Amino acid sequence: MAAVPNEIPDANARALLVASGLAKHFGPVVALRSADLRVRPGEIHALMGANGAGKSTLVKILTGALTADAGTITFGGRTRTFRSTSEARKAGLICVYQDPSLLPDLTVLQNLKLTATPISNFRRYLVELGMARFDLQSMPRELARPTLSLLDLARALAIEPQLLLLDEITASLPADLTVRVFNVARQLRAEGRSVIFISHRLAEVSALCDRATVLRDGKTVGVVEPAQGGEERIVKLMLGPVADEVAAEAASPSAPATGAVAVEVRDLKAGTLDGVTFTLRFGEVLGVAALEGQGQEELFNCLAGVRRPESGQIVVGGNPRSFHHPGDAIRAGMVLIPADRVQALLRQRSVRENVALPLVNRISRWGPINPRREKRRVETAVKRLQIDTRVTSEVRRLSGGNQQKVGIARWLAGGFKTLLCFDPTRGIDIGTKRQIYGLVKELAANGSAVLLFTSELPEIQLACNRVIVLFGGKLVDEMPASEADEKALLRAAHGLPSEAEEPQSQEGA
Amino acid sequence: MAATAAEALRPTGIQFGRGIRRFGWTIAVYVLFGVLMVVTVIIKPDYGSFEWNTLTLAALPLAFAAAAQTMVVLSGGIDLSVGPLMALANVLALRAMVGHDLRYSLGVALIVLFEVTLAGALNGVIIVVTRVPDIVITLATSFIWAGLALLVLAKPTPGIPLDFQNLAQGSTLSPWLPDALLLLVVFPLVWIPLRRSRAGLAIYAVGSDRNAAFRSGVNLGLTRVVAYAVGGFFAACGGLALSMTTGVGSPLAGTYYTLSGVSAIVLGGVSLAGGRGGMLGPIAAAYILSLIPAILIYLGIDPNYGQMIQGVLIVIVVMVGGIGTMLRRP
Amino acid sequence: MSTRAVATVRLVQQHSIVVLIALLVALAGLIEAIRPGAVNANWVSNILEFAAPLGILAAGQTLVVIMGGIDLSVANVATAAAYIMASQAPFGVTRSIVAGLFVGVLVGLINGVGVAVFKVQPLIMTLAMGLVVTGSLNVYSQASVRTVPGVPAVIHTLGSGTVLGYVPVSLFLWALLAAVLIVGLRGTGFGRLLYALGDNLEATRLAGVRGWQVLLTNYAACGLLSAVAGLVLAGTVNAADLSLATVLLLPSVAAVVIGGTSIFGGSGSYSGTIVGALILTVLNSVLTLLDVPDAVKQVLYGAIIVVLAAAYTRVLGRE
Repeated sequence: MAAVPNEIPDANARALLVASGLAKHFGPVVALRSADLRVRPGEIHALMGANGAGKSTLVKILTGALTADAGTITFGGRTRTFRSTSEARKAGLICVYQDPSLLPDLTVLQNLKLTATPISNFRRYLVELGMARFDLQSMPRELARPTLSLLDLARALAIEPQLLLLDEITASLPADLTVRVFNVARQLRAEGRSVIFISHRLAEVSALCDRATVLRDGKTVGVVEPAQGGEERIVKLMLGPVADEVAAEAASPSAPATGAVAVEVRDLKAGTLDGVTFTLRFGEVLGVAALEGQGQEELFNCLAGVRRPESGQIVVGGNPRSFHHPGDAIRAGMVLIPADRVQALLRQRSVRENVALPLVNRISRWGPINPRREKRRVETAVKRLQIDTRVTSEVRRLSGGNQQKVGIARWLAGGFKTLLCFDPTRGIDIGTKRQIYGLVKELAANGSAVLLFTSELPEIQLACNRVIVLFGGKLVDEMPASEADEKALLRAAHGLPSEAEEPQSQEGA
Repeated sequence: MAATAAEALRPTGIQFGRGIRRFGWTIAVYVLFGVLMVVTVIIKPDYGSFEWNTLTLAALPLAFAAAAQTMVVLSGGIDLSVGPLMALANVLALRAMVGHDLRYSLGVALIVLFEVTLAGALNGVIIVVTRVPDIVITLATSFIWAGLALLVLAKPTPGIPLDFQNLAQGSTLSPWLPDALLLLVVFPLVWIPLRRSRAGLAIYAVGSDRNAAFRSGVNLGLTRVVAYAVGGFFAACGGLALSMTTGVGSPLAGTYYTLSGVSAIVLGGVSLAGGRGGMLGPIAAAYILSLIPAILIYLGIDPNYGQMIQGVLIVIVVMVGGIGTMLRRP
Repeated sequence: MSTRAVATVRLVQQHSIVVLIALLVALAGLIEAIRPGAVNANWVSNILEFAAPLGILAAGQTLVVIMGGIDLSVANVATAAAYIMASQAPFGVTRSIVAGLFVGVLVGLINGVGVAVFKVQPLIMTLAMGLVVTGSLNVYSQASVRTVPGVPAVIHTLGSGTVLGYVPVSLFLWALLAAVLIVGLRGTGFGRLLYALGDNLEATRLAGVRGWQVLLTNYAACGLLSAVAGLVLAGTVNAADLSLATVLLLPSVAAVVIGGTSIFGGSGSYSGTIVGALILTVLNSVLTLLDVPDAVKQVLYGAIIVVLAAAYTRVLGRE
């Protein structure tokens, strides 16, 4: 890995928060190797990094939810070790998380009381966030996600923090609410207070933030000023070697395939998904590009039989199908690899049992297991994916990458025709990513059909023949992989026509 | 009770509807009790203050058992030792009260309350410290409390002072307002201040979502211990109520109340997943569960059907709750 | 913790059954120390005879707990099965046994329907079914006003007979069931699915498994095993009264927990439960030998379960 100088421009400036050399591991998994972060007073500071780069761990350490194995934190000129979130809160450091932390079964008012939040302050910030008429007797269980995020934010603001951390808060917010959050952040900056802003959306970062610290594989790899054309550098720092690979691969992206139709989706509607039609052919990897929550989750879940569509058809091998259970989809040859490995794996069980699970998924297979046959199939799959562990080890003891491989190996052993990969490389190291994409391409080359969603747009070109783009639940664009560079995808994913202005002019406002 | 987000986002004008949603189950339980009372009077036209008195006496210990279980379940736990805790309070009271006057007995009652509250707290401490699941620990401690009760008193023995018994068995104000009903005053005295305090909020918080509670700065361990301790307090009240209503100290008296307490809270609308429910529902449920055997007797049916009906009732109640949740899912 | 300590803990984790057996031997040693000569073939025979009903009852419990559930109706089912078997005895041995086992399967199926189809929490469902079973049995016992029903000779032999002087007949049944369970849990699709469901319900669904089929079958199996345990117990005691197996409810859960099966499901084994049942039985024997009053026995019993469970959770560091 190329050594990137740990540059901190203007290192002598007065700092509100200095974190240096923070490290944390969970069992065999290293979440944070050596993270450095320096935030000045009156600054909006972005914390960037690919999934699994260690952002959440860093945030948790800063706010006292976790304690670091190594490293120091200086806040307001004093070296501090926060043992709990309330200690950090008392010191003036508070975090608003992506999933709101209001208690679902206490009224909002009771929630405020529980955290000893000054109510008049809370009211004032609610007004600023445009929720003047909000009823404090509401029960969070009954409120929508964006509302909860804003309430959580107002609660954090109400204690007048010196440093506010916003952990992916905009991920679940519609554009107009995002603007309100930005305004509040700018106002804090004007008052000389600081904000750490975590987001996947580059456009938001360059519109809002003064500086950005980039993490990769648990290490700080650089500090950049996004406003001065630093976007390119951020991307490069975040991606590391993959960026070069994209460049290399992009020279020869796979051509669109012409195999038989594997799956035809006709006017499919479910939740956010609003009438999507496309075909998936054998022998191709069809990429799905979309920002968070544009209906891709519903699409994959319908195809895998996890949920039922409200209307529309899924045609497999010429026959319209209706899946009532994942088992139905699996029988039709369609298998899902979910993003959340925890969702798919039996953590206490061995690699072998995990891989062999689909082999016993029907009543007719409840009888004795043929150990030799099972061993052969499991070992073939494990070898093909290069899972470097014994098949008897418990899955929870494996690294994230190996766990995801186990989830894929299951279907190599179980058999399938169409592979539905939903963000399969989330939080996985680069080497494993490359292996997984290599495998996906190989499977397609051998005649399978693959539908692949990845939240990391640059990776689309690594594996796909063709890309469809979802925005607001609709299919807004389709292009061959050769045209699907990150810029084109970003535009399309923001719902912009391909010849329009730069995306951030829309986003930042 | 849950509702769709779209409904809840409407800013005003849903106060009434929301009240119905939030307290609907509790209201339904009281309506059910009312209906059952009407049915009872129809079946037994000469239903009088004596029968009513009997019902309140039977329901009082169960109401406390339900309250004890409610406290623990609200905090996301379960206490399978409620019955033995009640038995322990019951026999401790007998041993110390025999042959003494009311004032002395009341002093004893206070000490018993203290001791058994401590025992409840110990349940919580063991669970928090060992991190063993609450089912296992309270199952094990139920042996311990039951054994201690047997040590205190080997077999059922009468001898609770009459004056102390009369605290529940009399009807000072009116034949239709038996003292056993007045003793329910303990609930608001303990529950309302607790419900309004930060500790009470914390108990709901821990049961509702442990992660969010932790982020809100709640001390998870301490809160759970407090919930078990208050549960112990109510169990002690239940044991003393048994002393008053039966006049006997019995080491096996509690057996029935662990299961019935759980039944009462399920019927009373407390979510076994924790964090949801209140005290009013379980109390009404305790009266319903005590009324059913009486109705059977009035109908001339073998009261042994009572247990069967209770079981079926619980299953139906939980299923209705489950189906309701399924239907509400978008 | 030093690496060596970590390695030791790992070793103990993987071979916790060895530790349990050591504990069992230590308890036996304690008895021998208290009363030299007490541990003899006769004693072993007695222990096995008393452990068999508990072991079989805990077998059903093990299956359910591995799957992430719990069955608090096992003791009621065992009692009902034994009572009905005894009351049907005048109509022929086969009919009476079939009737007893039928009760078990029926209650198990109802439990399974409640948990699998109506999504009632297992704790509540089985608790309520326990009430229903006991209530129904009370009604039944008064409706069929016979004198205390007698236990057929076959069942009596099954429960308390011995072969070659020392080997209890019930041991053969227990060993057979144990072999089926141990092999079945490891080597059949059904066994795999029990662990899978207990570990992660959603993952199992995503792999195409229809969980309700497994749940239903497993609760029925648990009901059947409980009924078998009831019959054996009736044979051991040579009577079937209305509270025959009540005392075995808590030990059935305790044996599973002591045997190292996670109460949250997904891991464990029946071999552990067997040792758990033996430990509880020997413990009982120690306390009896010490002439400890019943009350103290109960207290110690509870305390020891707490200590063992805590040792598992803390020392062996289950997550």
